[in-house]
Amino acid sequence: MTDVYIYDHVRSPRGKGRADGALSEVTPVQLAAQMLQAVRERNQLDSSLIEDVLLGCVVPVGEQGGNIARVAALVAGFDHEVPGVQLNRYCGSGLEAVNFAAAKVGSGQIDMAIGGGVESMSRVPMGSDGGAMALDPQVAFKMHFTMQGVSADLLATLHGFSREQCDAYAVESQRRAAQAWTNGWFARSVVAVKDVLGLPLLSQDEAIRPGTTLESLAALKPAFLDMGTQYGFDGVALLKYPQLEAINHMHHAGNSSGIVDGAAAVLVGNAEAGVRAGLKPRARIRSVATVGSEPTLMLDAPSFAAQKALKKAGMNAADIGLWELNEAFSSVVLCLMERLDVPHERINVNGGAIAMGHPLGATGAMILGTLLDEMERRQVGTGLVTLCEAAGMGTATIIELV
Amino acid sequence: MTEVIHISVDAEGIATLLFDRSDSAMNTMDMKFMDEMGAAVERLATDDAIKGAIFTSGKPVFAAGADLKQMEATLDQADELPLAERLARNASLSKLLRRMETCGKPVACAINGTALGGGTEIALACHYRVVSDAKGIQLGLPEVQVGLLPGGGGTQRVPRLIGIQAAMAVVLEGQALSPEKALKMGLIHKIVPADQLLSEARRWLVEEGDAVQPWDKKGYKVPGGAGPSSPAVAQMLVVSNAMLQAKTFHNLPAPKAILSCLYEGPQLPMDKALAVESKYFTQLQLDPVSRNMIRTLFINKGKADKLMHRPEGVPKTSFRKIGVIGAGLMGAGIAYHCARLGIETVLIDRDQAAADKGKAYASKRLERDISKGRSTQDKADAILARIHPGTDYAALADVELVVEAVFEDRALKAEITRKLDAVLAPNAVIASNTSALPISELAEAGAHPENFIGMHFFSPVERMPLVEIVRGRKTSPATLARALDLAQAMKKTPIVVNDGPGFFTSRFIGAYINESLAMVTEGINPALIENAAKMAGIPIGPLTVSDEIGLDTAYHASQQRKKDEGAAFKPTPTFLLVEKLAGELGRHGRKNGKGFFDYAADGSKTLWPGLAELFPPLAEQPNVDEIKTRMLYAQLVDAAKAMAEGVLIDPADGDVGSILGVGFPAYLGGPFSMMDTIGLGAVVAECERLAACYGTHYAAPQLLRDMAAQGQTFYGANRVTPPAAAR
Repeated sequence: MTDVYIYDHVRSPRGKGRADGALSEVTPVQLAAQMLQAVRERNQLDSSLIEDVLLGCVVPVGEQGGNIARVAALVAGFDHEVPGVQLNRYCGSGLEAVNFAAAKVGSGQIDMAIGGGVESMSRVPMGSDGGAMALDPQVAFKMHFTMQGVSADLLATLHGFSREQCDAYAVESQRRAAQAWTNGWFARSVVAVKDVLGLPLLSQDEAIRPGTTLESLAALKPAFLDMGTQYGFDGVALLKYPQLEAINHMHHAGNSSGIVDGAAAVLVGNAEAGVRAGLKPRARIRSVATVGSEPTLMLDAPSFAAQKALKKAGMNAADIGLWELNEAFSSVVLCLMERLDVPHERINVNGGAIAMGHPLGATGAMILGTLLDEMERRQVGTGLVTLCEAAGMGTATIIELV
Repeated sequence: MTEVIHISVDAEGIATLLFDRSDSAMNTMDMKFMDEMGAAVERLATDDAIKGAIFTSGKPVFAAGADLKQMEATLDQADELPLAERLARNASLSKLLRRMETCGKPVACAINGTALGGGTEIALACHYRVVSDAKGIQLGLPEVQVGLLPGGGGTQRVPRLIGIQAAMAVVLEGQALSPEKALKMGLIHKIVPADQLLSEARRWLVEEGDAVQPWDKKGYKVPGGAGPSSPAVAQMLVVSNAMLQAKTFHNLPAPKAILSCLYEGPQLPMDKALAVESKYFTQLQLDPVSRNMIRTLFINKGKADKLMHRPEGVPKTSFRKIGVIGAGLMGAGIAYHCARLGIETVLIDRDQAAADKGKAYASKRLERDISKGRSTQDKADAILARIHPGTDYAALADVELVVEAVFEDRALKAEITRKLDAVLAPNAVIASNTSALPISELAEAGAHPENFIGMHFFSPVERMPLVEIVRGRKTSPATLARALDLAQAMKKTPIVVNDGPGFFTSRFIGAYINESLAMVTEGINPALIENAAKMAGIPIGPLTVSDEIGLDTAYHASQQRKKDEGAAFKPTPTFLLVEKLAGELGRHGRKNGKGFFDYAADGSKTLWPGLAELFPPLAEQPNVDEIKTRMLYAQLVDAAKAMAEGVLIDPADGDVGSILGVGFPAYLGGPFSMMDTIGLGAVVAECERLAACYGTHYAAPQLLRDMAAQGQTFYGANRVTPPAAAR
């Protein structure tokens, strides 16, 4: 395998994923194209050196449909020889896009590519792509499909996490995110999104709630209680986990990831491509892994993906200096911390999706960059980024500074 | 000459297709029906003299669906029909009805009587549906209730008429619909006075006569949308998939298949959609679940309702008035239920206040009905006037039957029997509602043990469909016949069993509860036990049901047994568990807010954490399937023993009684159907494994071993003769 390097990373700020969110007037193609342009411009890159653009997108229908990666590359003004492909590994899509790009480079098929992702959740609502998993009775029964929020509560119940633990984790995420923004720790990666006139629309994550306290969260009702108990989703989960008397519902809008708009792009290539483009590598991709786990529980694969990536790299969890795990729900992070014995001081140190939001297809590429920035700031040599994914999958990537 | 479908054509070219079997009192739909209906439709399509047709029935029941006898014969046949041939056969009615609705001539259906199942499917394939306002007509597609789906186009025409969501109540739940409801839903076009039924059908043919169904018209769209691209339908499907799984625990294939027909079919053109429906129908037909549900809930329940065990030659008794001794929950329920059905009831208790309290139960029920608009004050008053509470046995002098429903106490029951002997007519029947005391022994208290019988009702009496009739050693055929006549008059399904400890139903449910509680003492996670029961299809978990019955009740019964058995008594784990919880710790169940569960003021309950201290959880918990197996096999073995010991006369009583009386999973068809489905060789082998692991109570009785060795079954051509029936 050829060594694969990360040369740059950019991400948009995350706008509230609602009609009145700051980025809702920006089409997803524009959102993605602006990130691709930013990569080209700040690296003064000849776009024809980029041999593929791989973008994650989880709801690829409507204006996000029809291979948004190729369309965004053309709209960004890339050379028409640059192809593009959209891929969907659910919430891990953005990281998976980078991993696929790395795999093409590593295998020697290409020298340089962009991996990233985009999701305009305000314009293309979650779930509008349908999917047999939940809809088709034959499939839903086979899979014991339950709602993701119910799975998060199931995971918490199985691990014995309390509402207080989940809320405390969320409060800390908000505090860390606010601190990182105040100190400018995201500055290297965040690129303001512009409107049709070229005026800046948003330059900072919009959904963040710095004043969040345990008390303010305590007032929120569990969001998935009714769906679980009144609409059968708990019953489906208990078919798989009959050792439980009941599922304790504890997740709500305040300790789950927020619905937002955003995009990100990561430039990867081999050493020669970097020399050709006059770029200095920031990090090396040490190993990657994607695994499946039990699909009804759905959200516990990150620890397995991390273990697989660690094994490939010949490392242990203790060798990882900094961790990023997408904060889909508090219980997802608490679970990995417990299983792999990761101290809270080393994971999601600048907050995560609970505070800043989770633009489904983009998040993986975003938090890879968040990890890289922080590794550089702290001069920590090794980092691991991972995400849980629908249908019970997880993707992980280990990077090291060069 | 036709025998099923009679065609006449009038001067205006309106044909009448009269469904009126000359070979049967009922309009059943069999092969002969298919042949004649096929010929009629072909004539309709090709005879230029015919402009349109009225389809109607010459019987009070518009169409009676499948023929029971034919169905049973089909079930019992070892059917090795090749799959494609079976599918073609199953699709034949659907294809015929499709041919009718696309033949180019308008067809109006004049529904003059109840048309459930096949009758409703014929109607839906007609272009116009008019229903008579005659009383009591029901429409609907109840196939799901016996593990099937409406395979004559029902799952496709209903959603195309009224939308997928509204169709769910009709095809997924199998609700019977009044014509008013069907009209409101949009399933039929009109309700007219009975004498205008045919003229309205004719009027429509002459004045409107559209021969194209809505779904065959250009630009047709399913009301409310279809398939995943319709957001409303998509959301509904996500929820209905989850709710159905949570409700059926993956045990019932029919509702799932119906949901798939509703999801897949409306996305397809009609002919393809009907083909998909036929395929899912065939899948269900091949599943033992439908076979077992049809056998037990349709065929055998039907036989029980027709009093298959009623001795011949005994004149039928019609009950004008009965007596009930004991105005507690059971007695009051029996009185109320009989009064509703027009039977006068003398309700006797020790004092007037107690007797009045029994009548008050009826008032309370009736008040609720009135408040919900289900009854009127006049009707309620008439019902209440039939309940005569009192204390004087003399009021029983002219009744033909007395149900004794007092506390389970041998001495008390004996005293009542003697008091009844003094007042009752010479051949009046005394029926004890005991759930476990030996009938033959209770009978000996009086002068006429031949007039004594057990009638074991279930609570609440007005809702529970079963009555277990227990023959004592000396019970006469005439007494049995009269008890059966009362069961029929009370619209209950009777099973008949011989006397024995716990008869059939009590011992049968006891076997499951006993094994479940034993598992608690072994350190198996109680939540896992409760969930395993539900996943097995048992409606209420064993710990919940124990708390409902009352652990104190179980405690007193077990202490009594200890006393009765004396030195021979050996305490079981369950005995010790109940003694600990109810005897020592005062945990009596729901009644005092603490049993296996702790009960909160709002009615919610959580497992009592103290159980884990009393019975430390096993480090390695068993698989949920093993727990289900232990529960169900405890009952299989017990049912086989009940037959071997001569308690059960016929497997049908065991199967029907287990499901209707004590919540055995309906999809399994009862213990005997379940054993036949598994195969007796495999049942015996599994019993041996379980006996080695958990104790000799799992040992298969000799009857099962012999049957396995001889390749016998409980039903079918090679069926065993139950020992009690052989005597």
